[in-house]
Parts: sequence; structure tokens; C-alpha cells
Amino acid sequence: MSSLAAAEDMTQQEPAKVIQPAWVRAMHWTNAVAMIMMIMSGWQIYNASPLFRFSFPGSITLGGWLAGGLLWHFAAMWLLMVNGLIYLITGFATGRFRRKLFPITPTGVISDVKAALTFRLAHDDLSKYNYVQKLLYAGIIVVGIVIVLSGLSIWKPVQLQWLTALFGGYDTARYVHFICMASIVAFLVIHVVLALLVPKSLRAMIIGR
Amino acid sequence: MGRMRKLLIPGVDKKLLVKDAMKVMPDLTRRRFISAGASLGALTMLTGCDVVDSDSADQFLAQVSKFNDAVQAWIFNPDALAPTYPESMITKPFPFNAYYDLDDAPEIEGKDWKLEVRGLVDNKKSWTLDELYKLSQVKQVTRHICVEGWSAIGSWTGTPLRDFLKLIGADTKAKYVWFQCADKEGYNSPLDMRTA
Repeated sequence: MSSLAAAEDMTQQEPAKVIQPAWVRAMHWTNAVAMIMMIMSGWQIYNASPLFRFSFPGSITLGGWLAGGLLWHFAAMWLLMVNGLIYLITGFATGRFRRKLFPITPTGVISDVKAALTFRLAHDDLSKYNYVQKLLYAGIIVVGIVIVLSGLSIWKPVQLQWLTALFGGYDTARYVHFICMASIVAFLVIHVVLALLVPKSLRAMIIGR
Repeated sequence: MGRMRKLLIPGVDKKLLVKDAMKVMPDLTRRRFISAGASLGALTMLTGCDVVDSDSADQFLAQVSKFNDAVQAWIFNPDALAPTYPESMITKPFPFNAYYDLDDAPEIEGKDWKLEVRGLVDNKKSWTLDELYKLSQVKQVTRHICVEGWSAIGSWTGTPLRDFLKLIGADTKAKYVWFQCADKEGYNSPLDMRTA
């Protein structure tokens, strides 16, 4: 009798919830690789004609020289764009974006930022994003789209002259592209630090739960 | 022929140089789109090899570059023209860009200089500046965008290359037009025929 009851208990127990489905994890890491290649080769290209009074040290660039940087940049862009596009389509089609990223309220953001800065932001249920996460994850998706579009506009300013004009002309578009990169790098730093501070979130992105 | 040699990189056999460059030049016909696309399956090459600096990485990058050329040939409008600007927007001063200082720029005597013509053309006569100026001139104010990333709006006056090629009976079925400058080491570059 008792063994049957025990067996029933076992079947009643819920399986560990999947926090990050396989497609999210695969696309996340693919994007990470692609984004790092884009940033490093992008820095190599920047060095050929810097926008500001500094250059990126050769040890952190990819390509060796302008031509090499361009080749890597225009190769990795396919990985970034194709993976990114499939991610956007799947995110919208499965309703994941709606469920995970909305709503974002100003009061929610303010209170969660305060809690985060005082190390009081709880992470009990990893399947629910707090307001800081929602804002940054939604935000980085938008920045990702803008960086791709601004990149295309400075790569093909004659063929895509309407797009280049949308970004304020060729010179301004270069700055838009750079600022997006800086935003992504800033996000990366915060993102990696926080993932390491809450290791179970990193685990969830690797094995799903 | 002797004068020609002075313009090329010293110590390099110009025939072999052209042959080498031809190998790297992409084939602009659409047929190649499929073969270039198929070799993207060589992504598996990335596993287990020194990704960044090796020959296989270079080969892979070259293949992707050809693929990009094919995609662009497929989706872009070959007749698209660069936007023009009012003269007030001309960049002043116009940037000087070279691997040497302005003071070290070579001095070319205008009245002695000639445009030499070679290759798949009917009329290989050389042209002096005065002869070139007599041809019909066109002016445009467009943005020069360097591959390095900087740009400057300038006013460009001269004979359209397209008209000049017609005049000298150039074989427009050729894929590239190659020009060489009269500067220190003969800076040269190709231009694809469609753009020319």
C-alpha cells in the first residue's frame, strides 16, 4: 500500500519547468558568437578612419587590417542576420516576446532598479523576467535591429540611399552604427556580470532549467 | 615599354602580377551564384582548424565575399546613381589622403603627362591633358566615400568614362577597367565594367 502511495506521489510531482526552450538557447549562443565577431571586426574597420580620438588595440580586433576586417564583418553578418531574423519571427509567432517582455511600466522599472542596486532583487522564478530584464532585453532587440539597418546604410549608401537618408546621411549613420555598438558592448558587460552573479540563470540558458 | 616599367612595383613581374590579381577577381556572371552558395557548406571547415589566421579561413572568407557579390548582383539596381548635392555642401578643405604627407607628393608636369591606353581597345593612342579637355565635359557634386569610412562632398568635372570607352572602341564585354595613377608607386585599382 505505502509503495503504491509513494508511486502516486511520484507521478503527481511536476517535471522541472523548462525556463529556456532549446530554440532560445541555440539562437542565444549563436548570436553571442556572431555578435562578438561583428564587434571585433567592426573595431578593425573603425581603426581605418576613427570617429573619435582613439583606436582599438590590435589584440582585440579581428582581421588584421581594413580588408581583413571587412571580410570578417561581411561574413559574420550572415550568421547574425539569419539567426536574428529567425529569432524575431519565432519570438513573435510563439508569443514568447509578448509573454516575457511585456508589460514594461516606468514604476516597475524604477522599483526593480532600486532593488537591483541594493542587491535585493529576487530571482526565485527564472521563468519570469523582472522589469530591468524586460527593459534591457526588449531594448537590446531594438538596438540590434537599428545596428543592422545602420550598417547596411553605410555599406551601400548609393543602393540604399533612402535608408542612409533616414539615418541622417552617411556621416551621421556612421555615428549611429557606432553608438549602437557601444550600447551593445555596455549591455554585454552588464549581462555577463549579472549572469555570473546569478549562476542559475546561466545554467538555464545552457541546459534549459 | 621602358616608361611603363617605372610605374609598376619594382621587382614584380607585371605579367604574373596581373595573373595573380585575375585569380582573386570575382566572376560577375550570375551562374557563379549557385557554386559560391554551395560552398558555404564549407562552414564545417571552421571546426578543428585555426579559425582566424589560416589559409582555410582566408579561403572561406574569399568564398563568402564571392557569395556577397552574387547576392548584390541579384538584388541591386545596376543603374542606381549616387545622390548629388548643392555646391554649398562641398567639403572645405577637401581631405588629402595618402600614405605620404602632402609635401612628399610627387610632382607631375601637366603638359608632359599623357594618359596611356592599353588592353582590349581599338584605339591605343595616348592622350595629353589638352586633348582630354577638348572632349565633352560633365560636372557633378557627389559624396566621395572612401572604403576606410571617411567621406567628403566634392565637385568632379571631366569626361564620363563611359563616353571615353566608347570613343576609344573599348570592348565593353570585358569585366574590368583598370587604372593606374602617376603617383609614387603607381597606385592602381580596378573598376567593374557595369559601374564604368
